[in-house]
Amino acid sequence: MEVRVSKIRKEFDRYPALHDVSLDIRSGELIALLGPSGSGKTTLLRLIAGLEQPTLGRIFFGTEDASLKTVQERHVGFVFQHYALFRHMTVAENIAFGLKVRPRGERPPKAEIRRRVEELLEMVQLSGLEKRYPNQLSGGQRQRVALARAMAIEPKVLLLDEPFGALDAKVRKELRRWLRAFHDRTGHTTIFVTHDQEEALELADRVVVMSQGRIEQVGSSDDVYDRPNSPFVFSFIGDSASLPVTVGEGAVRLRDVPLGIAPRGGDVRSGEGTLFFRPQDVTLVTDGGPALEGRVATSRRLAGTRIADLDIGTPADPHHVEIEVPLDADATAGTLIRFRPTRWKIFPAEG
Amino acid sequence: MAHDVPSRRLRSPTTEAPAARYALMALALLFLALFLLLPLAAVFIEAFRKGTGEFIAALGEPDTLAAIRLTLIVAGISVPLNLVFGVAAAWAIAKFEFKGKAFLTTLIDLPFSVSPVISGLVYVLLFGAGSALGPWLKSHGIEVLFAVPGIVLATIFVTFPFVARELIPLMQEQGNGDEEAALSLGATGWQTFRYVTLPNIKWGLLYGVLLCNARAMGEFGAVSVVSGHIRGLTNTMPLHVEILYNEYNFVAAFAVASLLAGLALVTLVVKTLLELRYGADIAAGRKH
Repeated sequence: MEVRVSKIRKEFDRYPALHDVSLDIRSGELIALLGPSGSGKTTLLRLIAGLEQPTLGRIFFGTEDASLKTVQERHVGFVFQHYALFRHMTVAENIAFGLKVRPRGERPPKAEIRRRVEELLEMVQLSGLEKRYPNQLSGGQRQRVALARAMAIEPKVLLLDEPFGALDAKVRKELRRWLRAFHDRTGHTTIFVTHDQEEALELADRVVVMSQGRIEQVGSSDDVYDRPNSPFVFSFIGDSASLPVTVGEGAVRLRDVPLGIAPRGGDVRSGEGTLFFRPQDVTLVTDGGPALEGRVATSRRLAGTRIADLDIGTPADPHHVEIEVPLDADATAGTLIRFRPTRWKIFPAEG
Repeated sequence: MAHDVPSRRLRSPTTEAPAARYALMALALLFLALFLLLPLAAVFIEAFRKGTGEFIAALGEPDTLAAIRLTLIVAGISVPLNLVFGVAAAWAIAKFEFKGKAFLTTLIDLPFSVSPVISGLVYVLLFGAGSALGPWLKSHGIEVLFAVPGIVLATIFVTFPFVARELIPLMQEQGNGDEEAALSLGATGWQTFRYVTLPNIKWGLLYGVLLCNARAMGEFGAVSVVSGHIRGLTNTMPLHVEILYNEYNFVAAFAVASLLAGLALVTLVVKTLLELRYGADIAAGRKH
């Protein structure tokens, strides 16, 4: 099922949580809504589910206008951050709930419900636990019961709110792989919300990066990591350094000192800008040509590389950048290091 | 000495000297005995002073039976109504955001902060002969004041907060998550209430109803103002106790009083049992 979000605006007490957000999600896609807290990602998910009503805009499931439907009519599988399992019901009763509450005519017979519950329990690898209560399960098991319960109603779309947020690191990694395999097997259109970029980049077909109620960029992991289209995405995804620069006459300068790089691609061509680059995308300059120059404040060994924290600038205008230096380069504190970015992006200065 | 034992045995730092400990305990027990147990015992002793036969005969008086019946009727009407009002108010306050919510929460507490006599007087002013409403209702054959409807109204007013106060914190703590989950699974509003919300609050609800019932049966002040003390007609048990007492009919007065005291004891026991059960339930809910 395709999901199309069209110019959605959502205000809470006149305070806007989403500004004119549009998004096309393909059928069978696994998509991540990624952003810091307050970016509107959970609000967008709840709007798609019908748990919130948009102030403006529409949501389509396929060609159907879902915005005219209630949460019950939308047939979405929603997995809540804290699972929201019914504590007074057993695992089997929890999973069967969505089938038992159907109107008499559509309700499957009891034997059929029991069979479906068993099938779903097997699918989430929890066979044998049907008589347990939620408080007798571990976090990862509860998560999977919540998923089975959502899947029981044969949803058109599967929505997960911070699905791994409440789990410890090891379980989280296991479940992440498991969810990917589960998605590939069932083929549901799946949308999940996360603030963990590693999770989004590893798991999703496409990542929707959100900030302050707006979508900043939609793309594959490679797109958002290698070709970030805004200063926010560049600094939010992965490690990065940024410096205020002046661009003009085909050169990039920091405080009038040329850096030995020229603007290219979508970079700012003249005027004030902000230079972004990643720590690993630099080359050391030893021949005295134009370069960025800084003294090592601290350096630390990180697995196969060394990260140097450089002081760039003057006491009146201090800047720090972190770059990767070869292990054999001298990076003791106080050493002068000259380098040039090899891949970078210059965005217009803010404001 | 063979063993190296300190010559002074030191107490745990938070434990007092035995003398202080026993003195404190004795004081607490004495206080309890003097102010709680003694009066309670006195009620039963006075009730049975002239033997079980007199006790039963006193309770068998037609006026007494009428008072017991009226009390049961009043509680039977006001408790279910307050159950519904209480759940509705708690639901509104705990699950929805709306303007004036803080005001509504304060309003629910009003019956607790107002003297019951004032609560009764309000109804006298509202439905009395000098009011606009009273004579009009009377001309349509409806008596409110000095009749059962007035007593029920006053009782509802006084006992309104019990159920709501019990449920609001519980429902606020539980949040909307379970309800949203049920709705997203296709449940209707009623199914969500019946299968998800109600089971989640059942112990708190029972506890609130119990307290509400105890107060409904025992209410004196507000009911006294609106009842008119008509024997056999508008006398509830607490009012009847007062009348009998004022007539120096001590055995009968204490016999009825012992019924009310018995009700209080039963309520306390059930409440304690519920707390044991309900405490575990809440703990399980939190763990979840």
